[in-house]
Amino acid sequence: MSQHEQANHGHDHGVKPYVIGFILAVILTVIPFWLVMDGVLSKGATLWTIVIMAVVQIAVHLKYFLHLSFTTEDGRLNSFTFLFSALIIVLVVGLSVWIIYASNAMMMG
Amino acid sequence: MSTSVMNHDAHGHEHHDSGSTTLFGFWLYLMTDCLLFASVFATYAVLFMNTAGGPSGHDIFELDYVLIETFALLFSSITYGFAMIGAQRGNQRATLLWLAVTFVLGAVFIGMEVNEFSHLIHEGFGPQRSAFLTAFFSLVGMHGLHVTAGLIWMAVLMLEVKKRGLKPRTVTRVGCLSLFWHFLDVVWICVFTVVYLMGAVS
Repeated sequence: MSQHEQANHGHDHGVKPYVIGFILAVILTVIPFWLVMDGVLSKGATLWTIVIMAVVQIAVHLKYFLHLSFTTEDGRLNSFTFLFSALIIVLVVGLSVWIIYASNAMMMG
Repeated sequence: MSTSVMNHDAHGHEHHDSGSTTLFGFWLYLMTDCLLFASVFATYAVLFMNTAGGPSGHDIFELDYVLIETFALLFSSITYGFAMIGAQRGNQRATLLWLAVTFVLGAVFIGMEVNEFSHLIHEGFGPQRSAFLTAFFSLVGMHGLHVTAGLIWMAVLMLEVKKRGLKPRTVTRVGCLSLFWHFLDVVWICVFTVVYLMGAVS
């Protein structure tokens, strides 16, 4: 019965990935808040660091909490649909921001 | 006899497919939700400098408060993970306990956000004050509405688990909410980085 249920709902990942993911997420949350609140680095360095930390933390969440992977069949399907959405998001957000900022700059000048 | 066995097999197989197909379908919905959030993020990125003489993010954000909110949501992610493990192992009591803990942490997050919003509006920094504040309330509020919807869903799901036990269909539903809940935590990473941290830096 329990084997049947597990077969229906993906395999049991166990506690380990959640604990690893949680510890990494805590570290990747505390560092950017600390950098900004204490103003340790220069403005530019702080901005780059918090963006990189956020990207890494998103990857951590996707791997350990959402179980995306390229090795299991279900994980692969989810991973590729996510990569496609990520591409669209980069286009939508990146290009919108680019266009608006460029047009702002031209109107100022 | 042989057809009945075949039917049973076919049924079992179909059932297996419908569980993982449901989860994949729900994942696709989440990907479209990503695009919705991405559009609102783009709007925020375009409007955040237009403060119309009002406050900027630097003036109104309290980072220690946001850090506590962030930890409430992060803890709720791992406790939902424990609920999911409980459901996969057919442990009804553990599932209900961890879902309840997750619900409380989610409610703490929403309570803090509502408090922050009412505080800002009370000081005259409501969404009508400037384009920056409109974009701020839309983006953070939309995430908050999603979390609220997740809380309502979680309450209904707890009733279902309590009344019907952990049937395969119910476990699939716990799995869908798990995707939704972890997804909202991922969106929150973008919110606290782009809105609060970047806002406080510049």
